[in-house]
Amino acid sequence: MKVRILVSFKDSVLDPQGQTVKNALHTMGYAAVKDVRQGKVFELELEGATKKEAETLVPEIARRVLANPIIEKFDWQIIKGR
Amino acid sequence: MKFGVVQFPGSNCDFDTFHALRNVMKRPTVLLWHKDHDLQGVDCVVLPGGFSYGDYLRSGAIARFSPLMQEVKAFARKGGHVLGICNGFQILLELGLLPGAMIRNKNLKFLCQHVHVRIENEKTDFTRAGRKGQVLRIPIAHFDGNYYAPARGLKDIERHRQVVFRYCDAKGNITEEANVNGSLGNIAGIRNREGNVLGLMPHPERASEALLGSEDGRTIFESLILSLERRKPARRPVRRERARHD
Repeated sequence: MKVRILVSFKDSVLDPQGQTVKNALHTMGYAAVKDVRQGKVFELELEGATKKEAETLVPEIARRVLANPIIEKFDWQIIKGR
Repeated sequence: MKFGVVQFPGSNCDFDTFHALRNVMKRPTVLLWHKDHDLQGVDCVVLPGGFSYGDYLRSGAIARFSPLMQEVKAFARKGGHVLGICNGFQILLELGLLPGAMIRNKNLKFLCQHVHVRIENEKTDFTRAGRKGQVLRIPIAHFDGNYYAPARGLKDIERHRQVVFRYCDAKGNITEEANVNGSLGNIAGIRNREGNVLGLMPHPERASEALLGSEDGRTIFESLILSLERRKPARRPVRRERARHD
């Protein structure tokens, strides 16, 4: 099974990189872009894990290692297998 | 007293710190390898600056899993003194020995320059050789030094007087302009509630000899020596006119 985890800053945390990308887009004329938040993507290949096990395992890994819960939030989904 | 400087793959201030402690402060100092389990009986563990594990994932995020860091954690929990400088500060945050987190500098630039920091709390084991409001000129060199803590956590940190250093101008004024990396509350260094762990972004080892342009960083090392040798008869007392003993 393959899962994809998206880690990004919490809404309450300033994202200076996202802001810079937004400013660049405005400079290019994309006035419709109201905000940009930048994040990180991780793809994990899990062996022999059921969907139920993944539902415990993935959030645990995300909380303990991939994201810093003080500043970041995460979201995840299964992208291959089941 | 004996210092121990931890080496991770990617540490690059380990020998500067070792030199400052052993040759400038003239105290026994050992290098501690991150894969070891033995703190070699040191009285104070120093986590030096650099880019441990290439700063992969987040600054300090991987170093915290090193075997030696489990020993450092236990050492700190028992009241042992731990000083984290720059990347060492980031590791202490990731490890949970200090509250908060670091995000990228507000201007997205790697900042390598001398800054001024003001001693906010002189009644700590890391600052007792200084005085309240004293301005220290010490260099910084970091990409992720923008200190962040959630509003409630920040309130707690202030209430327990955990802010030890703040970025200021040369006269000691806390200004937005002096806050080079965008840290909340101009925070440059904090301690834990118990007072035995300190993290700071400026590099005291790079300001420990006149030849380097500043000796202000010595205040932190002198404070540690004063604090820790007070408990045992000092072999070589530190000379310091303004030393305060509570």
